[in-house]
Parts: sequence; C-alpha cells; structure tokens
Amino acid sequence: MSSAPPITPAQAGAGPLLAVRDLSVNYRVAYRRGHALLHAVNAVSFDLARGETLGLVGESGSGKSTIARALLRLVPATSGVALFHGSDLLQLSGGRLHTMRRRLQLIFQDPLASLDPRMNIGDILDEPLRVFEPQLPRPQRLQRVLAVTRAVGLGSEHLHRFAHEFSGGQAQRIVIARALIIEPELIVCDEPLSSLDVSIKSQISNLLKDLQRQLQLSLLFISHDLAAVRFSCDRVLVLYLGRVMEIAGCDVLFRACRHPYTRALISAAPIPDPVAARARRRVPLEGEIPSPLFAPSGCVFRTRCPMAIERCASEIPLLRQVGDSLVACHRAEELAS
Amino acid sequence: MSAPPPLRIRGLSVGYPSDHGPIQAVREVDLDVAAGEFLGIVGESGSGKTQLLLSILGLSAPRAELCGSIRYREQELIKLEVAALNQVRGNRISMVFQDPMTALNPYLRVGRQITEVLQVHRNVSIREAERRAIEMLESVRIPDAARRLRQYPHELSGGMRQRVMIAMALIAEPEILLADEPSTALDVTVQAQILSLFQELRARTGTAIVLVTHDLGVIAEVADRVAVMYAGRIMEQAPVHELFAHPRHPYTEALQQSIPRIDAPRSTRLASIGGTPPNPAALPAGCAFAPRCIYRLPICDSVAPPLLEIRPEHWKACHHEGELGKLRGEAA
Repeated sequence: MSSAPPITPAQAGAGPLLAVRDLSVNYRVAYRRGHALLHAVNAVSFDLARGETLGLVGESGSGKSTIARALLRLVPATSGVALFHGSDLLQLSGGRLHTMRRRLQLIFQDPLASLDPRMNIGDILDEPLRVFEPQLPRPQRLQRVLAVTRAVGLGSEHLHRFAHEFSGGQAQRIVIARALIIEPELIVCDEPLSSLDVSIKSQISNLLKDLQRQLQLSLLFISHDLAAVRFSCDRVLVLYLGRVMEIAGCDVLFRACRHPYTRALISAAPIPDPVAARARRRVPLEGEIPSPLFAPSGCVFRTRCPMAIERCASEIPLLRQVGDSLVACHRAEELAS
Repeated sequence: MSAPPPLRIRGLSVGYPSDHGPIQAVREVDLDVAAGEFLGIVGESGSGKTQLLLSILGLSAPRAELCGSIRYREQELIKLEVAALNQVRGNRISMVFQDPMTALNPYLRVGRQITEVLQVHRNVSIREAERRAIEMLESVRIPDAARRLRQYPHELSGGMRQRVMIAMALIAEPEILLADEPSTALDVTVQAQILSLFQELRARTGTAIVLVTHDLGVIAEVADRVAVMYAGRIMEQAPVHELFAHPRHPYTEALQQSIPRIDAPRSTRLASIGGTPPNPAALPAGCAFAPRCIYRLPICDSVAPPLLEIRPEHWKACHHEGELGKLRGEAA
C-alpha cells in the first residue's frame, strides 16, 4: 500500500507539473423563459507529474473535455486554481499567457479538422516556430521541422503536401508533430484515437507512448475507451456529471476499483475474446447519464447506482482514500474485489 | 444442416464510378445468413461492410452497379422492382442504422414512424397499430411508452432513439434484422444495454441478426459466427470461438493483436499493422492485404486467394498455409 494519496502521482519528487484545485466550470444556459446554471465541472482536483499520463474517463456529458478546455483557457473557468510552474493558468493574461501556451499543447479528436486545408504540411509545422521562436533563422527552423517529421514517422517528401492528401492516421501524426515542435511539457489529448481505424489506432497509441517516454512529456489523456486508457495511462480519473468519482493508479483501478460507477464502466467495455467476454459477470447500468441541469441531490450517480441507499440522496460523498484509491462513495469499503 | 438459409449471397460485387476510375466497394462476396443466427461482420472503414448491408435492401446509390446474386428465400433481390422489394424490406428484412438522429424523421412523432410500418405491411387499424407500438417500445425497455409515442425524435436521448429504431425494425417481426454499427455512436454503458437487448430479442423472437461493426470486442460479446472483411472481400469466416482462438488469416490475427484489452495486464507496445488500408480505386492485383502482410509470399502480389473452407465452417482467403503466430511472439 502506498502512503502518498493518489490525488498526487506516486513518484512525486519536486512537486507536480500541474496542480488543479477545486476547478469548476458553469455555463448560463437559456431555460424555459429565463436562465439556468449548468455545472459542467464541479470542484475537480488533481495533480499531474512530469512524464506522467493521466487518463480522464467518463461518459459524454461527464465534463472531461470541459476540464481540458478550461485548463487551456478555451472556456472560462468559474472558480479554482491550476498551478503550472508556480503561476495560476486560470489567471494569466496577455504576454504571460502567450509564454505559457508554448508549454501546453493539444491534440484533438479529428485530425483533418485541426489542420488548415490551405497550408502545406511544411508551413503548418513551421508556424508554431514562427510564433514562438521568431528569432530562429529559416534553415534552423527547417531542420527542426524535418526532425519532428521523422520523429512521428513521416518523411521530408510529405512537407509539400496538403492535409487532404493524407489518411486519418497520417494526419494525426502531423497534428502530433505540430504539438511537439515547440517542445511543450504538457499535451492535452482529447480523444486522440477515436476517429482512427483499428489498424491505425495501435500505430498512433504506440507512437504517443514512445514520444511521451523519450521526451518525458506529461499527457492529459481524455478518452471514452477504457482499454486505450489502460494501455496509455499511469493513473486514471473517473468523472460523472462533472464530479470526480475515483482517482487511482491504472493497475489498481482495473484490478480493484472502489466506485460502483467505475465498476460499471469496466464491465460495460467490450473484451475482444468471446470466452472471457461471455464468462464475466456483468453489472449492467440502467438508464443514461442525466442532464447536468438536473443533477441528482447528494451523490450525482445515485439514480443509476445499484448500491444506492438513503444516505446517498442526502449527503454528497467526499473524495477520500480507501485502499489505494481516492474515491467518492459512501459504500466504497464494500466494493473490495 | 436442416433448412436452407433464408438469405444466400453469391458472387456479389458492388461498384461505383468515380473521378479516379471505378471503385469496387464489395468484391465477389459469398455469404449465408441462417435462420435465427447472430452473424457479425467486422471490418475497418472502406472494407465494404456497410455497402454489403445496403445492397441487400436495394439501398445502394442509384449509380451503383451490382452483380451476383442476393436470394431471400425463393426471390432474387438484385434488380427486383421497387414494389416487390418493398414487400421484403421493413417487413421480412429490416435495418437499424448507425445514427438514429438522421434515420428518424424529425418532423414526425415517434408513434407515427413506428406504426407506419404496420400500416404499410400489415393492414391493421390505427388503434391496433398503436397498441402494438406501445408493446414494442416496452419490449425494447422504453419506460412510459404511451407518452413517448407522442414525442419527437429530438426529445429523446441518443440511446432512446436507437431503441426506437430497433422497435421500428422489429415491429413487423422480420426474419432478418440488419444492424449497421448500431451502438458505435453511444456511450459504453448504453452500448452494453443495446447489445444485451439484441441478444434478448433474438432469443425471444428468433430473428436472425446481422451486425456490422469495426469493433472486435462487440463481435466477441454477441456474435455466433463472424465474417472479417477487408477491401471489399471476406478474408475469413468462422464460428466466433474458433475465429478468436485460431485465427487463420493474417489480417484477423493482426486486428486481434493490435487492440488493447481491459482485462489483461498492460503491455508496453501493441502489435501494429504497418501501412494504411488500400485505395479502393487502385487495389493491388493480388491479395489486397499483401502490402501490409508479414506472411506475404511471392504469389500474393499477383493472384488473389479464393475463399476456401479449411475446416468445417471455417473459411479463409489466404495463400499462407498452416498456423500463424508471428505476431503473438512479437507482442509478448
């Protein structure tokens, strides 16, 4: 049993690269004749170490993409702190925000939609250098472009082509190269594999993992695919309706999860082996994730939870340490496997 | 084998003209669908799996060229006139599409869309049709069915819409249900609900189900028999346990080894299939998988291997003889 609580990574030495505390994102949405407050992310806290991959999982509407967008300042956070190199990402503006941005990059789900169709690949890869290292002379920029192109498994012959000439897998390599060229420390990957075909997915999974190790990158890996998370991540954060349900090391989570929602997610994920798939005991989850406008009282998961009791409706479970997990459930002790 | 299979596809090819020359989406496919079976068809995008399903119901694009034969019982479906085809589709063979929001009519209430099937095919009164529609919605586990009938598709969640699609497809008690990636757009928890609904309905009504998916995991959960497609052809076809335990086609093996599993200790690397799927307008002369195949032989580049039965009910289209296993060693 580890002594460090799993909100922080196990090998934390000099402190985490990113420390998020009580991050909340609310949206005002039109409702009936007035407005209502939608809590997309509700008091989420986690740390991310240098060289670590943290998975964010949950169904659609769980707030995983909103967390990423708030950290990158693509949507305004309502409250909370995100400490990165000693300054709060959520408060930066102007020049300091610009400087910080080169340390943070992101990779979206649809690679073809994130590449400018009118620029050739050479220009696309060169642009971040022109923005962030304007003093760099052209030949050196070209060298950097070539190096990063090779690092993602493409060649110089690709630089004069345009995005539409590439397959989805190659386009995702280009997006990864563009994120890497200014040598960021943290990359947010929002469903980086979801739009790719099965045979290409494994190539890109391997590539991301290799690059992450070589460059000691920290990754925030957002995915609905639990098997991909198990392959790629060191720790996992499970979200439901904008709240943290469980945080645990990857091996702990898949061996002995402590939250009924995590258990349901794992048991719903298909296993590509008919013997194992048909032998396992399913814990089917009824219904669908409720609208965040009408989040249930108490524990937000209780309306679909097979273990819910009266206490769950009245008292919000706090995130606490049970075994090797941090878990927000009144009955976590009973879920040891 | 007792009764002949209700659906027999022989030598089916579906081609389209395109700016880059003709595209062969489906190539010489032979496939039977037996009564009451759960058949899975797995393939990546561009493998022709959706085109194969669409061609069964005469839903290929107007400029598509079909050759070969699709026989439903005594009837040839290719080039059948529309009136006769309408006696079959929606009635004896029906379909569930991937995206229920585009497959449902946004202007019509859910009830009208479900009962329409019965009014067209079964000549029942509106009241009787509504009674059956409520029963059907309840059997796909939609709570408060009578109220749902009066709602529009946009008022329902994604999982609920897919249940409505399934109710529509099953209300005429078809002999065969075709489903094109029915759970792909849904969350995993809802996907699991929809898959178990398919199994339950199949057990209760005896409807044969043909499920098309890119996800080998989904296949492993529900199918009895599997056909693996690549570049328009069936590469391998076998009962599900046999296919997963003893894949005999290099593509099947590669697919299987390249997906991460949630139930196995974490590996450091995934086996991967090099290269990219072929351009359908410029397919290689021989086996379409040859350029990416680690078992490739000289003959593979010139001669496309025929689909042959190597063991009872196990078919493969590959020149490589004997066992595979190179990838397993590499991944371990």
